[in-house]
Amino acid sequence: MDDVKMKIESLSLSYSRGAPLALKDVSMGITANSVTAFIGPSGCGKSTFLRCLNRMNDFVRDVYIKGMVMLDGMDIYSPDVDVTNLRRRVGMVFQRPNPFPFSIRDNIAYGPKLLGERNRSKIEEIVERSLISAGLWEEVRDRLGEMATSLSGGQQQRLCIARAIAVEPEVLLMDEPTSALDPIATARVEELVRELKKDYTVAIVTHNMQQAARISDTTAFFLMGELVEYGPADVIFTTPGDKRTEDYITGRFG
Amino acid sequence: MLWGCMALSTAVLGLILAFLIYRGADAISWEFISEHPRAGMTEGGIITPIVGTVQLILVSMTFAFPVGVITAVYFNEYSHGGALTKTLRLAVRSLASIPSVVLGLFGFAFFCVFLSFGASLLSAGLTLGCLALPTLVTASETALQNVPQEFRDASYALGATRWQTIYKVVLPSAFPGIITGGILCIGRVAGETAPIMFTGAVFFAPGFARNIFDSVMALPYHIYVLATAGTQIDKTGPLQYGTILVLLTLVLGISMIGIVARARLRRRI
Repeated sequence: MDDVKMKIESLSLSYSRGAPLALKDVSMGITANSVTAFIGPSGCGKSTFLRCLNRMNDFVRDVYIKGMVMLDGMDIYSPDVDVTNLRRRVGMVFQRPNPFPFSIRDNIAYGPKLLGERNRSKIEEIVERSLISAGLWEEVRDRLGEMATSLSGGQQQRLCIARAIAVEPEVLLMDEPTSALDPIATARVEELVRELKKDYTVAIVTHNMQQAARISDTTAFFLMGELVEYGPADVIFTTPGDKRTEDYITGRFG
Repeated sequence: MLWGCMALSTAVLGLILAFLIYRGADAISWEFISEHPRAGMTEGGIITPIVGTVQLILVSMTFAFPVGVITAVYFNEYSHGGALTKTLRLAVRSLASIPSVVLGLFGFAFFCVFLSFGASLLSAGLTLGCLALPTLVTASETALQNVPQEFRDASYALGATRWQTIYKVVLPSAFPGIITGGILCIGRVAGETAPIMFTGAVFFAPGFARNIFDSVMALPYHIYVLATAGTQIDKTGPLQYGTILVLLTLVLGISMIGIVARARLRRRI
């Protein structure tokens, strides 16, 4: 249980040289097969931090990153790391559901096909397994050929989760996955996240403290680019060690 | 005032169409669109220029479509908007404002003479391709810009390379827009006279172009010839209006397909 899947050491980031740091010297560990939530007010750096974990910030021009991010002891920013392979191991689900304008089946099959899977029955098997894991199979089993965009927002987000786990990642990063969903769809995704930690290590960004309290094992509080504190969720939400954390979770700001 | 201007614009189109139908309708017959011209073009049909125009469209699009789309992909997906890209983009935009007769002379000098393609389907098609390029690049760029960034993010997050993302996600998503741009370009290409009159369209050809180095007859140039070179105006006149009607139907038809396709594909996404 206390197996550290990802270890972050003194990570700093700025969006251009000389600009103020968006992340300041962040160090923490992400435990395997658990849910780690990053909370904090808007612009505190929690999403930026999440996007460092699968190097999605690489696309930002002039981004400047210092420090180390280790996945199973391997520095993911080392020059000999294959970024595409890293992103297969560390999958991501985004804030707004973003299914491709393809059929439901082709959305799930996209990742496995990138990995070179050509066998049709194997692909069907992956599609079914992924949709079952994402709790969407019963709703869409008879219409896999339909456009993914015909699904409701909540279904689309679960489809995106299914698409992410179709490549069997080890870590699943989720960037405010429920912020565009209604409460019922949110509840389903939360339930799913609790299920997913059996097989995956989950790191989730949320602006919703109740959500973090409900689903996370470990909670990390960010403020203005700094990791103020992190620890077991029940400790953070009942007896936080830092005054700023307490102010935030009691609703004094944010 | 608004109504007046709108009515005037519509009336101009209506008048032209009415005039052409009035003068040309009698010339239209199955014989007219299925036979070669005869007797110094005072008799017979216009199948030779119809086929020639279709051949020109095919050659020009075979060249311009891939080049235009790839250029747009470079501008929109690869470049970082540096000085070089800005200059190149400006150059492509400027290409659109070159008068077509200048383009025709360029085509003659470059394709016919310098590259020794002669006055041929190939030279004329390539010249028309140059005419279509800026429109195609702009249309494709717009289509690529309309692909949400979220699609690219999702693809990268699944471990796709930049090329896989472009090839498997971005291009398929942008395809409706790109195709529509292409169809509208075809309409433009089909109607141009100036770029082809020096480069490959001929006054008269005994039959269809059999290969890309043959010269061709084309509808717009055929109209020009009928209108300026005939001595028996009583006989060529009706043929001329008939040809105009056919060309106009072709161009408007292609544009309509483009517009309808755009509307339908928009609804689907």
